[in-house]
Parts: sequence; structure tokens; C-alpha cells
Amino acid sequence: MPIKSYLAHPHEGQKEELINALKAFEDCDIIPAKNQDLVIVVTDTPTQQEDDLIKEKIEAIDSLRLLAMVSGFNTPQND
Amino acid sequence: MYTSLSNRRSFIKKMATLSAMTAAATMFPGILFAEEQEKNIPDNGDIDWKKGPCRFCGVGCGILVGVQDGKAVAVKGDPKSSVNKGLLCVKGYHQIMCTQAADRLEYALVKKNGTYVKTPINEALDIVANKMKSTIEKHGKDSVAMYTSGQSTIPEGYVASKFMKGAIGTNNLDCNARLCMASAVAGFLTTFGADEPMGCYEDIEHADYFITWGNNMAEMHPVLFSRMLEQKHSRGAKIIDFATRTSRSSMGSTKSILFEPQTDLAVANAICYEIINNGWMNKKFVEEHINFSKGLTKMGYGLEDNYKFKDKPSKISFEDYKTFLNDYTPKKVAKYSKVSVKDIKFLASIYGDPNIKVMSLWCMGVNQHTRGTWMNNLIYNMHLLTGKISQPGNSPFSLTGQPSACGTAREVGTFTHKLPKGVVMNEKHRKLAAKIWKVPYERIPSKPTYHATEMFRAVDRGDIKFIWTQVTNPLVSLPKTSRYRPGMEKDSCFVVVSDVFPTPTSDVADVILPASWHIEKSGLYGNSERRTQHWDQMVEGPGDTTPDAWMTIEVAKRMGYGDLFPYSKENHVEEIYNEYRQFHEGAKHGMAPLDVLKEKSGVIWPYVNGKSTQWRFNAQYDPACDNGKDFHFYGKPDGKAIIWQRPFEPAPEKPDNEYPFWLNTGRVVEHWHTGSMTRRIPVLHKAMPNAYVEFHPDDAKALGVSNGQNVKVISRRGECTLPASINERGLPTKGQVFVPFFDENMLINDVTIDAFCPISKEPDYKKCAVRIEKA
Repeated sequence: MPIKSYLAHPHEGQKEELINALKAFEDCDIIPAKNQDLVIVVTDTPTQQEDDLIKEKIEAIDSLRLLAMVSGFNTPQND
Repeated sequence: MYTSLSNRRSFIKKMATLSAMTAAATMFPGILFAEEQEKNIPDNGDIDWKKGPCRFCGVGCGILVGVQDGKAVAVKGDPKSSVNKGLLCVKGYHQIMCTQAADRLEYALVKKNGTYVKTPINEALDIVANKMKSTIEKHGKDSVAMYTSGQSTIPEGYVASKFMKGAIGTNNLDCNARLCMASAVAGFLTTFGADEPMGCYEDIEHADYFITWGNNMAEMHPVLFSRMLEQKHSRGAKIIDFATRTSRSSMGSTKSILFEPQTDLAVANAICYEIINNGWMNKKFVEEHINFSKGLTKMGYGLEDNYKFKDKPSKISFEDYKTFLNDYTPKKVAKYSKVSVKDIKFLASIYGDPNIKVMSLWCMGVNQHTRGTWMNNLIYNMHLLTGKISQPGNSPFSLTGQPSACGTAREVGTFTHKLPKGVVMNEKHRKLAAKIWKVPYERIPSKPTYHATEMFRAVDRGDIKFIWTQVTNPLVSLPKTSRYRPGMEKDSCFVVVSDVFPTPTSDVADVILPASWHIEKSGLYGNSERRTQHWDQMVEGPGDTTPDAWMTIEVAKRMGYGDLFPYSKENHVEEIYNEYRQFHEGAKHGMAPLDVLKEKSGVIWPYVNGKSTQWRFNAQYDPACDNGKDFHFYGKPDGKAIIWQRPFEPAPEKPDNEYPFWLNTGRVVEHWHTGSMTRRIPVLHKAMPNAYVEFHPDDAKALGVSNGQNVKVISRRGECTLPASINERGLPTKGQVFVPFFDENMLINDVTIDAFCPISKEPDYKKCAVRIEKA
């Protein structure tokens, strides 16, 4: 049950596009910064495989310039 | 968002989010995440959002607390508040979580045979009243004291003042704002004769330059710093960080200039030298609105018990002042300040250019200074010489640490020398207080007694036999706690502590009173920009918790002063505020009626004819100006502000062979002061679980200290063991270490020095000498 947080940096002027693209993912919470071009992304997936997959999908977003992982946790499923 | 805490998974998600926010804040100082406030808020539509001010710092952000089924379930920024416009910092939107702490003080505890016994609140208040009364009968009224807070509400401060000064008749009342804002007060009074900033936060939208003096706003005033950053990004405003340590604020600034501790006095004078000698002085403004004065020098540092000092101001001429400044040429000052001639001239050019609007901002770096009053005067000197004051964007702005240091400590007056209007030394002011309080005016003593440091020295000496602390944790926050903790433990003094959580201070109490937290009572705070903010009680507190104001009133009644406190339990906040407002009637300090405060997200005083005065002393904005000129500094009898001649003097203790490092102490964004609230907020505690000692990498290398390794920080007064921090949150200059003071398990104030500014009596937490040993 991996939980990970990332800093997602959009390409210049593409913050809204990035937010909209991230909103499409179910296992993903997003918190856009109010005053900077930065979006916090928190993923919460049932398995490591799905975690790898969602990361791959996020990294494929065109408006994303850089995805930097900040923290990663793994918790038992029944918590 | 808070009910989910019982779910570990939800908590871990919160942690992951906070880790990312912390990382983002390192990269982008002042970054804000407004939408975080909305996350996980139950959306079933029956949440009642109630407005109030944030519990923490002096910025005074407006908050909306979501209440559902009688419980606070969420916090978000108040979009109607002009202070924060809907934004909050990380402390702000997690604030209500502390009320869920398992060790919340819900009932009174009375120490019996060395053990705390749960006691009904009425019985505990009987004990407090009886002890206070019998102490006065046996040892006199000056044997009892109260020590309150810049976090006390306006009504709490007001009844404490009325109780001690008006009912009992002692000036043994001081507060923890002495530790943070006293130098600001003394600076305002000596320069302008009127306390608190002349400008307001709206200055930020007008200024071209922000010069921060020893002030890490990105961590201490993050919402205001974000407003400055917005101006930097949107219209190219510049932020100049002038400090002794590289901090998150430095990283967000346009330019960072570092100086040797204590030499800010010299640099400020060098800037004034440049302003005058380059012909940048606003001669018309100075001729019409300014007097020049000097005071005593070589005042000492208050290190000895019963230290007394009274300044003797004398007028000087402009030519005298100009001659004095010859000792502060950039070249001379650069030698000992470690600020280059070029940077001094650069700073002077900002103040000197008539086409640049400049805000100076400062807080603890300037105030917690053995020459703190002088430093405040010197910053005003730069603005007064250039006439850059009391206009949108031209603003010397003294920031406040606590949420009501202005509203309560300064305006109500919970200092030993203060009254709700004016000072105890002034007969007219005593007569006004006596009239409103309905007490004989002779009862209010005309001499101040103990300021904070001296009050705890008096406890240690045995002169004070009874002390009641409210909303404060002095055994973590006082300097040199290595003396004052054993002092408070002595049997010679009966200690009453009123608080929300157990603290090192409540550990030494004879009676612990369970206080209501912020939203469990109604109240009013006053923030840094003279904004008074009201809130209604939002939720019921647990157990026997009681508002501090009501506990003071109950003790007063039990001591026979009931006729002076005729307030009702249900409505005492409104009744007290309406009584208090009488003190400030008029155009210079008129306060908004309570019905206006209930409706609005805070109102700036002076409130005149239904309108706030945003810029005082400027006839264009301030209806109290009546001298027929463009500016009127009406706090002074002749309507003129004072430029003070204040020299550089060294710190009382500086590094030497035995103690080769400067010790600087301060705060971090995650924690509020001594951590008694924020360390009980799991996400904040996890993000910053313990204090640390920051090193410059070169010093760490020379000492053979690695990151995380435990070291002892040792001074002539005590020692503290902490893990080393190298190249993490902040970067001290070589020869300096920095320690935050929030951690009650690592009491750095056992190490600090209890030297203070002789005028303001505010201690200097920023400079003393220490040595480092591996633990």
C-alpha cells in the first residue's frame, strides 16, 4: 500500500494544464501552490505495481517539466 | 480533516503531504497551498463556518473554523480578511488539532503532599484566592504577582490589569510580550510618543523595496512574506535580507547581506551618514517635523539583580548629530560589521532615493537586543531623515510576534508600567483609570515594579511569594532558565499556572488551572497593523476548562472585589470590551464598536466616524492631525518626531578563547514559540520533532562534528545537548551557532544570558558566547 508525495513542476505557463491532467488520476491527490508554479502530488495505491504505473503515467504528462519524489511510505493494507 | 486522524493511513497521507510542503517551502520561501485547507473537509453541507483570528503569530490571519455537531472539524483561511485573503500557513490550518491531545488539562490539579490531585474548579479557585489574600495580609500587596501574555485576549489582559492595579493596588503585573515587543514599544514611544506602526499591511502593495532587519519572515510571518513575494514576482519589488544568518527568507530575497552580531547599530548609523552626506535628506520634512535628541550611553546590560536605569534625554542640533555620524562612515563601519562599503552604500541609496518607496520590517532580531530601543530608533531615523513615513509604501514596520502582543499587552497595558491608557507614572492616566474602574485613584501605585526578568529574579530571591501565570510558559521562554527554574521550585513562592496543556512551567505549580483554548471562549486579539479582531465561542471546552478572564474575575470576587467585576459569565467579553473602549475614545485611538467587529474580519484603529485610519500622522489619511501641516506626530507635545543619536555599543558577552561561538536562538515555521501547542499537532511534530544546533560547515569540520551527531552547547550559565545540523534549514555565519527554542526537552534557554535593553527591559536572546563539546 504505497503512499508517496512528489513535487511536480510544470513547464512555464502550463500549470493549469498539469493540474487538469493530474485530476484525471483516481489514486492521486493534488495540492497546487497558490503563489508558485508548483503542484504537490500524493499518490495512494493498493500495490507496488500500481504505484509504478501511476508514476509512469504522471511522468508522461506533456505539461510536466519535472517530478521530484519527496517521501514514500508503505503501509499494511488493513490500516 | 481531523476526525480522520484515528486512521493511520490517512495520517500517513497527511505526513506525505506535509513532507512535500516542507520541501517546497525550502525551495520557494513563502509558498502557500490554499487548497490544502479544503481537503478532507466533510462535504455533507451542515458545517457551520465561524470567523476569528488565527491562534498563533502577530500577523493576525483571519480564519474560518468549520464546526459540525459541536466539534471543530476544519480550518480554512478567511477570504474576507484583508490580512491573508484566504491563505494560511502550515501552523494556521492545523491549529485546532492540538485540542485533541491526550494530555489536555481538563480539570484543576492541586498539589497535595507532592502529588497533583484532581480538584473541582471552584475549590481550586478558592485555594488560589485564599492563598493570594493571605499572602497579601502577611507580606503586603507587592508580594503577589501576575505574569500574563501577548496571547491573552483583550478581555483577559484587561481584567488582569484591573485586578492587580485597580483592585489589589500593585503594579506587579508583567507579561511575556516583555520578551518580544518591549523594545518596539520603547522605540515608538521615544521617537513618536505613540505606540504601534503608523502604516498597515497595505504598504506591501505599494513598496518598491522591502528591507528586513534581522528578520526571517519566510518562517515567522509566512503569509506576509508571501504577499511580499507576490509583489516581487508581479511588479519587480525587491527584498533585501539584512541578517546574521542565512535563512529561508534569504533564499527568497533579491539580495542577502550578512552582518556581525550587534553591529546593526553601526550599519544603521552609517546609512544615516550616507543619507546626509550625499544630500539625500528631505530638508523640508526634517525642518518641519523633526527634533534631534540624545540620551545616556554606556547604560550597562541589566545583568545584576535590582538593576535600575532611567534615560536622560537632551536636545541636540542637527549639526551635533551630523558630527556624531562622522564616526560611522561606511569605511569605518565595514571594518567591524563585516558588511562591505559597497553594501552599506547600496542600502543607503535605497533609503536615499526619493523615487523609491521603502518598507523596513523587523521583529525579534532588532527587539531582542541589549540596545533594542536604540535599534528601533535608528530604523526610524532613516525613514525620518528621508521623510519616507506614514505614506502608502513608505513605512517602517515593526512586526509583532504574538497574536495580541499589540491588542492586549500594549493597548490594554499588561506591563508593570502601563495602564489601559498611558502609564502609571502619569497622574492624569491614573485618574482616568481610577474613574473608569471606579476605584480610589490613590490605590493605583505611581511606580512600576518588576519587568519580566526582574519578576522571576524576585521569585528566586524570595521577594515574590505568590505568582500566577496565564497563557505563557516562562520556564521554557525566559532567558537563563537555569536560574529561574530552581527559583520557581522554591517553597518560598506559591505558583499558580493557568494553561491548556502541561508544560515545564506547570510542572512546578502548586495549583494548575485548566484554561479554555482559543475557540472554546469568545475573545478579541489585536494584530501588528492595529487590527482588532473578535470571535465568538465556537465549541465547548472539555471538563472544567474555563476562560482565563473568568478565572481572574472569580478569584477577584472571592477576594472581596466583586463590586469591581460586575460582569456576567455568559456576556463578560462584550461587557469588558465596552468598558475598555472608554479608555481610547477619540480620533487618536478610537476603537470600533463590538457590533462592527462582530460583522467584519477585523477593524484597524483609530476608527473614526465609521472609518479606519490606515496611515497615522499623515493629514491626508489621519483625522487626528490638526496642526495644519501635511504631517503631525501628535504623540509628542510639539507634534514633532525625534531623531535619536544612538551609538554602537558592544554586546555584554562576545566570543572569546573559552567560549568561541556566538549563540543565536529563534523559531521555526512548524512550531509556535515553546511548542506546547504545535508539538501536540502530530503532523507538525513529525515534521520538526526536536531542536537542533546549526553550524557553518567549516566550523563543523574543524570541530569534527557530523550531521545528526549530539553535541553540547555550553555557556557560563548552563548547557544543552542537541543534534548537529549542517547545511539543512539555515546557515549561520562562521563562528556562530543557531538553536530554535521550541523544544522543552532541549532547553536552550538554560544557556542564554539574561542581559536586557536598559530602556525596554527586553532580553537579548540573539547573542551570547558558547563553546561546543561532543556529547
